[in-house]
Amino acid sequence: MSALLSVSGLQKSFGAVVVADATSFDVASGEAVGILGPNGAGKTSLFNLITGALKPSGGRITFDGADITASSAAARCKMGIARSFQIPQPFGGMTVFENALVGATQGAGLSGHEAEQYAMDVLDQTGLLARANTRAGTLTLLERKRLELTRALAAKPKLLLLDEIAGGLTEAECQSLIATIKDIHAGGTTIIWIEHVVHALMAVVERLIVIDFGKKIAEGAPKPIMESAEVKEIYLGVDPDV
Amino acid sequence: MSGPTVSRSTRASRVAMIIGFVGLIVLIAAPWWAGRADLRLMGEIYLYLSLACLWNLMAGYAGLVSVGQQAYVGFGGYMLFALSIFGGLNPVVAILLGGVLAAIISVPVAALMFRLKGAYFAIGTWVMAEVFRLSFAQIQPLGGGSGTSLPVAIVKELGAKKAAREATSYWLALGAAVAVLLAVYLLLRSRRGLALTAIRDSEVAASGLGIDIWRTKLEVYVVTSAFTAIIGGLIFLQKLRISPDAAFSVNDWTAFVIFIVVIGGIGTLEGPIIGTLLFFALREVLADFGTIYLMVLGAVAIVVMLKAPKGVWGLIRERFDLELFPLSYRVRTKDD
Ligand SMILES: Nc1ncnc2c1ncn2[C@@H]1O[C@H](COP(=O)(O)OP(=O)(O)OP(=O)(O)O)[C@@H](O)[C@H]1O
Ligand SMILES: [Mg+2]
Repeated sequence: MSALLSVSGLQKSFGAVVVADATSFDVASGEAVGILGPNGAGKTSLFNLITGALKPSGGRITFDGADITASSAAARCKMGIARSFQIPQPFGGMTVFENALVGATQGAGLSGHEAEQYAMDVLDQTGLLARANTRAGTLTLLERKRLELTRALAAKPKLLLLDEIAGGLTEAECQSLIATIKDIHAGGTTIIWIEHVVHALMAVVERLIVIDFGKKIAEGAPKPIMESAEVKEIYLGVDPDV
Repeated sequence: MSGPTVSRSTRASRVAMIIGFVGLIVLIAAPWWAGRADLRLMGEIYLYLSLACLWNLMAGYAGLVSVGQQAYVGFGGYMLFALSIFGGLNPVVAILLGGVLAAIISVPVAALMFRLKGAYFAIGTWVMAEVFRLSFAQIQPLGGGSGTSLPVAIVKELGAKKAAREATSYWLALGAAVAVLLAVYLLLRSRRGLALTAIRDSEVAASGLGIDIWRTKLEVYVVTSAFTAIIGGLIFLQKLRISPDAAFSVNDWTAFVIFIVVIGGIGTLEGPIIGTLLFFALREVLADFGTIYLMVLGAVAIVVMLKAPKGVWGLIRERFDLELFPLSYRVRTKDD
């Protein structure tokens, strides 16, 4: 399979804090990849670099065969990259439906009735349809996270970047989220998922990448990675899931 | 289809539209029922309403908190005088052409100003407006620092008799306010308006969803500047006299406008309308108190900012879930 996303030699630091240290990896079209790493490892920063919210000081990012290292965030979304924000960024004065509609019209380029219908379909899929007319600024944190997923999906991405959307859910809610993400993946969307809730991640992804201090320290099939010494060391006493 | 449907109008918005329409007809007829002083005051209200709507679009939606829009008010005013006195143009044509010229000038100004962020942008726009003021004060044919009056021959192009001129001037102001409100409403209702509203709420999320922030802001800045210049032309058509200090007054054309938008409710279409009415009500009540009037305005602004950061309209909307202009989308399931 050809690589949909290819990151090579990515470099970024904030003063003394290195968030990407010669980071390189490929993600094939149709794959689901998990990203693990301790707090402050640079996972969210990696998403910021991939989506164009941050500019790297070195390295290259290619997507769908094109070099996007210098492209704007908006252009990258139009090419097919959408993300959820770890700290939700809802359009607070707009309704939940309108939030989804922004994704459908601006990201996916739909218009009129088609856009409205698609926004409703996505809301239905993520379980927010009942909240469609609620002002997004009044949602609970869990609902806001769900809205992040919804809005990104509404942009019809080829590559969906999910940043910690499973935290704080009950077991039943978590299972339903896993089912939703499996559905999205089965529909052909490539996924990269940063998640501390390891069992949720393991239920979906086919490959794991482990990051610490901005450096990729392990990569491979989920099971052997989770059992490797490096990961055990990082997560010992950090995450009760492991 | 049995699935949920999407609609945009609400009962309140339909009622508001009917009332608005009837109200508009009554206002169009004002020259026949209102006195001269009232006509003048109403014309001024319409022009302030227009300035407030435009500033709100730029600052409240596009996040461009400029304190220098007096640059375009003054520019539009001066273009009226220059193009009609030296170009021999009809005053209305001169005002419209002034809007086009303002649009052209606003592009390089934006290219410069958009490099500045936040407070620096605000200060930058103010400095730019001062540059405009000082530049126009150098133009001797337009009276330099002391200004000039519109020649009687040009004024008469609006109507031979004084009453006819005043009516024309009134209708121009009313027409401008309706045009500005309608343009802003149609923009906000469109797909681009949805993008603009998204920018209002979160720039980082908006750009992540494919919205070109810089371009959208530039478009808004150019359009609001052009319209602001047209309103400026109309303001000085009412005054018949222009000087650099009056034309580029930060107090008259920006401070009062910000006051209106902030107390009315920034980032909403209804806010500037409520704000304009409150502002003029306060001004009429306090007119006899001199400087106390300004102190009361300041106090009102501070109280509103502390107690109701979304303005009077924000309070009303939160309490009653009201919307006069049907901008929101409402999803209705069958059992609603
Ligand atoms: N814009 C920024 N300016 C300065 N420092 C930053 C910025 N963004 C991130 N950092 C720092 O970079 C480091 C990595 O942050 P990042 O958010 O990428 O971590 P993370 O792996 O996502 O952590 P978490 O698991 O807590 O979400 C942190 O030390 C953070 O404080
Ligand atoms: Mg993070």
